Amino acid sequence: MADPENAKEATTLRYAFGNVLSFFILLLIGVLAFWIRLFSVIKYESVIHEFDPYFNYRVTQFLTKNGIYDFWNWFDDRTWYPLGRVIGGTVYPGLTLTAGTIWWILNSLNIPLSVETVCVFTAPIFSAFASWATYLLTKEVKGAGAGLTAAALLAMVPSYISRSVAGSYDNEAVAIFALIFTFYLYIKTLNTGSLFYATLNALAYFYMVCSWGGYTFIINLIPMHVLLCIVTGRYSSRLYIAYAPLVVLGTLLAALVPVVGFNAVMTSEHFASFLVFIIIHVVAFVYYIKGILSPKMFKVAVTLVVSVGLVVCCAVMAILIALVASSPTKGWSGRSLSLLDPTYASKYIPIIASVSEHQPPTWPSYFMDINVLAFLVPAGIIACFLPLSDASSFVVLYIVTSVYFSGVMVRLMLVLAPAACVMSGIALSESFSVFTRSIKFQLHGLSGSSQVDSGDASSSTVVAQNDAGKAEKTEDTAKERPSKKSKKKEKGIVDKPSLKAKIERRLLVLPFEASIFAILLLVLLGAFYVVHCVWAAAEAYSAPSIVLTSYSHDGGLHVFDDFREAYAWLSHNTEVDDKVASWWDYGYQTTAMANRTVIVDNNTWNNTHIATVGTAMSSPEKAAWEIFNSLDVKYVLVVFGGLVGYPSDDINKFLWMVRIGGGVFPHIKEPDYLRDGQYRIDSQATPTMLNCLMYKLSYYRFVETDGRGFDRVRQTEIGKKNFKLTHFEEVFTTHHWMVRIYKLKPPRNRIRGKTKKPRSQKTSSTTRTKRSAATKRNPWH
Amino acid sequence: MGFWWRFNLLVFTIAILSTPVLSDLILSKVDRRIDLTSQIVRITSTLKVENAGSGLVSEVLLAFPELQAKNLVYLMATTNEGKGKTKSSGVSLPVEVANPKGMPPALTVYSVSLPKALGEGDTMSLDVLAVFTHTLKPFPEKITQADIQLVLFQDSAYYLSPYAVKFQSLSIKLPDARIESYTKIENTKIHGSEIKYGPYENLPPFSYSPLVVHFEINQPFAVAQELVREIEVSHWGNVQVTEHCNIVHEGAKSEGEFSRLEYQARPHIRGSSAIRHFVAKLPPRAHSIYYRDEIGNISTSHLWADSKKTELLIEPRYPMFGGWRTAFIIGYSLPLQDFLFESEGKRFLNISFASPINDLVIDNLVVKVVLPEGSRDLSVSTPFPVKQRQESKISHLDVVGRPVIVLEKADVVPEHNQYFQIHYSFNKLSMLREPFMLISGFFFLFVACIVYVHVDLSISKSSASYLAKLQWDEVRATIQQVESIINQCLATHEKIEASLRDLSRIGDVQACKTTRKTADGLLKEHSKELKPLLAFLQSSPAAANILPKVEELVAKERELQERWMAKHSIIVDCYEKKLGGREIENRVAPQQQKVVALRQEVEDLLEYIDEI
Repeated sequence: MADPENAKEATTLRYAFGNVLSFFILLLIGVLAFWIRLFSVIKYESVIHEFDPYFNYRVTQFLTKNGIYDFWNWFDDRTWYPLGRVIGGTVYPGLTLTAGTIWWILNSLNIPLSVETVCVFTAPIFSAFASWATYLLTKEVKGAGAGLTAAALLAMVPSYISRSVAGSYDNEAVAIFALIFTFYLYIKTLNTGSLFYATLNALAYFYMVCSWGGYTFIINLIPMHVLLCIVTGRYSSRLYIAYAPLVVLGTLLAALVPVVGFNAVMTSEHFASFLVFIIIHVVAFVYYIKGILSPKMFKVAVTLVVSVGLVVCCAVMAILIALVASSPTKGWSGRSLSLLDPTYASKYIPIIASVSEHQPPTWPSYFMDINVLAFLVPAGIIACFLPLSDASSFVVLYIVTSVYFSGVMVRLMLVLAPAACVMSGIALSESFSVFTRSIKFQLHGLSGSSQVDSGDASSSTVVAQNDAGKAEKTEDTAKERPSKKSKKKEKGIVDKPSLKAKIERRLLVLPFEASIFAILLLVLLGAFYVVHCVWAAAEAYSAPSIVLTSYSHDGGLHVFDDFREAYAWLSHNTEVDDKVASWWDYGYQTTAMANRTVIVDNNTWNNTHIATVGTAMSSPEKAAWEIFNSLDVKYVLVVFGGLVGYPSDDINKFLWMVRIGGGVFPHIKEPDYLRDGQYRIDSQATPTMLNCLMYKLSYYRFVETDGRGFDRVRQTEIGKKNFKLTHFEEVFTTHHWMVRIYKLKPPRNRIRGKTKKPRSQKTSSTTRTKRSAATKRNPWH
Repeated sequence: MGFWWRFNLLVFTIAILSTPVLSDLILSKVDRRIDLTSQIVRITSTLKVENAGSGLVSEVLLAFPELQAKNLVYLMATTNEGKGKTKSSGVSLPVEVANPKGMPPALTVYSVSLPKALGEGDTMSLDVLAVFTHTLKPFPEKITQADIQLVLFQDSAYYLSPYAVKFQSLSIKLPDARIESYTKIENTKIHGSEIKYGPYENLPPFSYSPLVVHFEINQPFAVAQELVREIEVSHWGNVQVTEHCNIVHEGAKSEGEFSRLEYQARPHIRGSSAIRHFVAKLPPRAHSIYYRDEIGNISTSHLWADSKKTELLIEPRYPMFGGWRTAFIIGYSLPLQDFLFESEGKRFLNISFASPINDLVIDNLVVKVVLPEGSRDLSVSTPFPVKQRQESKISHLDVVGRPVIVLEKADVVPEHNQYFQIHYSFNKLSMLREPFMLISGFFFLFVACIVYVHVDLSISKSSASYLAKLQWDEVRATIQQVESIINQCLATHEKIEASLRDLSRIGDVQACKTTRKTADGLLKEHSKELKPLLAFLQSSPAAANILPKVEELVAKERELQERWMAKHSIIVDCYEKKLGGREIENRVAPQQQKVVALRQEVEDLLEYIDEI
């Protein structure tokens, strides 16, 4: 007798605790997102990773030390010598300001964390925020169940982990959060039509603009969606409220960021938004007119306006196109152009093509980075069409565009990841709801008029899933139906949902065994995904890249800490104002860790300057010395992996130096360095190659290590073995020879006639004569 | 350098000629041992003092040439009360700078106060330990990687003293390596790595004979230009020590190429003078040890720990050649009970002063002792004079800041590694302040949340939206009532169903009928209750969009009710007519289908309304 009462109590309890439960699940997802990114700290140490994060870290240090106003006005003379760089005007300040604010808040609460600690942990914290934002976005699209699934998937998607492990203090870490949150607010505004959310949306967009150059993705995707809605006849006042304030406020706010400034209205990346802004106003006007005119009058008005409007539009478009076409790059930046035309960069801008993360990805990298999501995405897209709403059409558009962009650049895989998570979350949660509903229905049907009723059925499914160990999925089923309904309610399709839904449900019932089996398979799939993500976080993406480790066969850990060894040597044992030349990859690290002035760095804003360094590296010793001397360089740093087999060293990057150098200084020709189109450093290599500075600095006295000079990266013996340096001297080489630092020998005194005693006089010349003598001989001035 | 030394000597000679004998003390025997095996020069002199005059003498003067005096960092005199060779280390005597009249200006004089004045003919034995830094001068000053490091040491072969010396000898201990040259005067013997001068007898006061030793030394010349030790006491059981070292190799400067190849192939020839590692002897039971610099962890360190000591071997990031610098931080935690004690109601911290790194000369040592917040009445007692000041530091969860005692001392050598004490008083309850702050912080956060949820924050009580909200709340309440009634109806249906089941099992028609009656009554009551609620909903404008659903629900429920009744009467009828089971099935079947369908619909509607 008490059975039905119990069941009812259970259902009410389920709803009552639904919110609390989903709150705790979200909390756990946040914790998961944070913890899974700590592998790098546990396996290595709490240190800033890679290259760009070092620059961000240095900027943050400056910000916390000198305050916000000095930060905006910061002219950095430690880099791009002798040009310098206006940091405040050329950096996306979002990340720095975020970390600076966190640091400031903590310190004002008397929690004295160091800037480094804050920087290291900013990315994991924002990953947690990003997964919450994903929950919100997906909840707006397909309900809370899908939201929770998507959030759990995003918390550990390897693609995002690769950019946001602890220590990876890069713009993307906060930008992905900003991206998802902006999309959420857009969808929220679209669903509610509330100006409040529209304003928040503009602010979130502002934060995104502050954080990452990828904001152009937002400002192109949203107009595309608006256009799609208009074309498919889904225009509504909510759409107008979602879009118009975003363009006006967003553009005004974006122009406040120094690095964007007037680009927000001048460059082609933003034109789409303005065009759609005009179109939506026209459409809004048409709808308004339609409302106040009779159908007949309206037709007349349409023909009149269309004929006049077309003429005006054509004229305006013609002017615009003429304006845009008059600039050489059509008003697009190089990176954006290479997005539109994937072959553009490799044809015209080697410096963009030379960065590995700007290369197109390979198929395995899709599997590596989004794993099983790649298979779930199509299902998610189908689920989005049942039924198609404004919100679900947006995520469909989002996934389609981001798949394209990720196909162009590896780096943009990061934009694909959230879309894939949202889609997979929808797919998983929909399929779970279908299967559990079938099971529930079947149980109900089987029992017929016997005692087993819905409460028992649901509890039995709960048990089944608990066995599989997927707690969050349980919640999915619990939250599925209510949320779906709430969404329908919001959209005002109140006509006859109950009957319709019922018929649909009846149709979707699957056989009992099939459902159980399918659920098991899905759980397995999810488990596989989790295992893969943990593996990726632990093994693939946690290496800080400034510290390398290897395991010897007896299981011992060997640490290669050569980069920091070299930077520490530079910072302690050279003069504060010495200039260090190296390939641009190491620029940020040198300024941040060694605190020495560099010639070029990872900002790559001045192609000529980089080309000069590339030319010097590709020139013979004497010519290189002259170039470096004219740049006031005192030390040259090269990275050499031949002794221990570290593959990303300067010799492997050397062809890019030749290409970039040759792009500006035509006397450097790539074929001179290639033998029959092959890049080689053994005895078959060309004499130009064997005599260039990079070769000599890398292999100086290398042959003496093992007697024959076997390069472990290239797996070959080097071509030229015994040679001496005449214009450079080795001042430091790290323990595993990974970094070698050379000093430019001072110029010889000019003696009447020929130089006789080159060695004994080197100390007596002054810098001034050195410079003037050098500039005269330097061919690049 | 040699020339300068000779000039100095000239000054001395002039000084010697013009100085009167100060007192009637004579040194009957002086035995000097100079230890040159490391960069820290230690001169141990055993003096036998004899009062040859008549008056009482209570102090003995020790003279050092100015050149040495400016490098003198530690001077200790002890008496040996025990006679002969039984060297029970005696009491250390107070030593201070003295400026007796008539002393040559190029001499710095220290006076040792004797424990008891020496009478006529009394003798006394004194041990004087003088420690010098920066006295070994590299010569040549710059060497290449392949060269060995040679240094010069200068002193006097005779004991420089304001008193006449009867009998003296000197032995110089050198490292086990090449000796380039040494001054040869009479009675000079070389014995392995030890050079012996003397014995010399009956020399007048201020006798001086320059002595230069030029020898190879491959000991590291590690000098910490600044070393900041921060000792943070936490009463929760931990003393955290952090040492910021800024070290330079002050041996012969390295010039020319540094070849890693040479260094790796023949480390002891090419780079013999380089500093490869430091050894730090940490107190026993030290734990959580780290070694890093400003760009991160340094992975080259080893640790050996046993119950007596913890030995930490740290390698700098790169081998340090002459003139090279490095900076690093080592930190470790110590158990509180080993260092903090209580006496007379006050606590005192007893911890060593200098750095635990072996053979390190510290030019400028700053020791900061951070005491817990709320410590009062601080007092410091150190075994030697130091500069001290007080500041405060704000750390985790502090409000006013923790008191910090800063002790500064220049020129610190391992001999200074003695214990010092800081006394302070501290209220035990203050320990609970920070946990309490945390707890109350969270408490207020939750209270604020609760308040936020329960307080009505709408600005205007008469605005349209507020009124609409109130109305909507009312509507919701009503709908909930409707729902609960419907649920009760459904429960009644269940009862009927149960009774039917009983009927099929037991065949008790009468019981079934009574159930039916009570159910009828209940249902009627329910429908009565429903009426005013529905009327309210119809009148309320806020419920306009939900009303159709509710009405549908009520209608459906009524239909369901009818179906149940019909089913019930059919079954009861059948039983009364004693029809077979199959017949009953057939008759009930259409009703049964309807009932199931209707029930599903009602449940769906309930769910739907629930959502609103």
